Amino acid sequence: MQIEEFLEQSARQFPEKTALVCEDQRLAYREIEEQCNRLAHALIALGIERGDRIAVYLDNSVEAVLSIFAILKAGAVFLVVNPTTKAEKLAYILNNCRARALITHAKKLAVVKDRLPQMAHLQNIIVAGTIVEAIENGAKLFSPLDELLTQHTQSIQPPLKRCIDIDLAALIYTSGSTGNPKGVMMTHLNIVTAARSITHYLENTGADIILSVLPLSFDYGLYQVLMGFSVGATVILEPSFAYTQVILEKLSAENVTGFPLVPTMAAILLQMKGLSPGRFPCLRYISNTAAALPPSHIERLQALFPAVRIYSMYGLTECKRVSYLPPDQLAARPASVGRAIPNTEVYIVDERGGRAGPGTVGELVVRGAHIMKGYWEKPEETDRVLKPGPLPGEKVLHTGDLFRMDEEGYLYFVGRKDDIIKTRGEKVSPKEVEAVLYAMPEVKEAAVIGVPDPILGQAIKAVVVFAEGTTLSERDVMRHCAARLEDFMVPKSVEIRATLPKTTTGKISKRELELATPPANSVSLR
Amino acid sequence: MQAIEQQLRQFVVNNFLFGQGEDQLSNHDSFLEKGIVDSTGVLELVVFLEKQYRIKIEDEELIPANLDSIDNLLRFIEKKAQIAR
Repeated sequence: MQIEEFLEQSARQFPEKTALVCEDQRLAYREIEEQCNRLAHALIALGIERGDRIAVYLDNSVEAVLSIFAILKAGAVFLVVNPTTKAEKLAYILNNCRARALITHAKKLAVVKDRLPQMAHLQNIIVAGTIVEAIENGAKLFSPLDELLTQHTQSIQPPLKRCIDIDLAALIYTSGSTGNPKGVMMTHLNIVTAARSITHYLENTGADIILSVLPLSFDYGLYQVLMGFSVGATVILEPSFAYTQVILEKLSAENVTGFPLVPTMAAILLQMKGLSPGRFPCLRYISNTAAALPPSHIERLQALFPAVRIYSMYGLTECKRVSYLPPDQLAARPASVGRAIPNTEVYIVDERGGRAGPGTVGELVVRGAHIMKGYWEKPEETDRVLKPGPLPGEKVLHTGDLFRMDEEGYLYFVGRKDDIIKTRGEKVSPKEVEAVLYAMPEVKEAAVIGVPDPILGQAIKAVVVFAEGTTLSERDVMRHCAARLEDFMVPKSVEIRATLPKTTTGKISKRELELATPPANSVSLR
Repeated sequence: MQAIEQQLRQFVVNNFLFGQGEDQLSNHDSFLEKGIVDSTGVLELVVFLEKQYRIKIEDEELIPANLDSIDNLLRFIEKKAQIAR
């Protein structure tokens, strides 16, 4: 089975049912299916071939969802770029995967246009919204999205299938340990396998109404749409959680049944003064992933949503999801992220690579049909995480996360093997932020650490040493970062020092920096 | 009101734009659309408003119509001040 069939099947089964709600737009399954088919035919007419990569650089919107399914229907590979990505990184990603086309919005063209000459492989730019300013670039073909749809008004049937399920469907870029992001290669089979397993344990049905504020560039956000469509549910996409009250009102008004969270959102909800238990009678489940919720937050969340099933989950982009805690176990094992999801095997290996018994801390290894094919054109980094499994040719995923397992197979997160920071539910490699800091000519040395923070999980802190005679301030450093990094990667605090602590081998000692830094408090708790 | 406008602009520019782009921020620009605030940004803004203007902001008031531009903030603060009087 291929991912676009999720939509095609639901469009046959529930043609007039609401599939997608974005602000004031409401689309039925039939409408989405037809529009995706029209756009897919348009992509093929533009010369898109099987396996071509097409980037989607859009906020959570109808156009973003149409683009994803149209790309799949055209036999191409989609990658959703975080909408807060800045020009330089956007260019890096598009060049890294040699994207053939880009689908974006007129409002984002300002970010895109200066880098166009550097994007040698990019041929087509499809633009949603009204283009106000004429773009001059002879080498690229600009097509308004509306025009493409109009040109293909009659093409409401899906194009002929070009792929099989072991073909690539998506690249999902994650923060890389070398300083540049890397593209996680997922096939149709990988994604369909994960989506089926998750909808099975969440007990999703066509009666579900799922509200997601998570960006589609984040696999957790992307899967809300894919999984919702796979069961014929209604998906409500919101561009942001910034105005929490707006989201709460929508939860009530739309009779939402499923609400995916990350710990930062849970922390913000728990700060609301006027939220009373039982306000959302239709809400059936809340899910949490990206980082574990502190047990105290689970308890308070359950008190606030008494009849709601709370799913603690754990996963990583490289296989989407690893484990979930059945809600009936939440009270007994609040610190656990649960057991392997259906159709997945997990085990813990000790330092010599052997399977470790219960209670022993080691690296978590994952087996299943949802394991990625590797990082796009990064064989060495791929070999570090995908290692031979029990069957000939099989690869298993070494997560880099340290866990222990109890006698009954429940997993407990212990820590990371590397220094990856988790902030607002997203993984950030300190190297990626440090690379941006070192791009400031005045910066002599830089180290980036994660500081415990009650809202963000970890807050990113940059410690820099300037070259002599530099008069820059902390704010200059933050501004430099904000112009180059996605919002969640920008340091929350900057410290300027005369020197950085070193280990005996002369490396910067992050351990000492961490010990010298008190826990952060990004926002004072109300 | 002009003083308040200056204070608000200064807060937004200093905290969310790191001191740059003052000239590009007009009073009617949506913070959300311009990518200026996220959920923690809104909380920081609320903490600032409560302290600076000695007002108490209820959950129900945390909506774009009150908070999502300099103009909206000015209207909201004025309304709150009138209630307090």
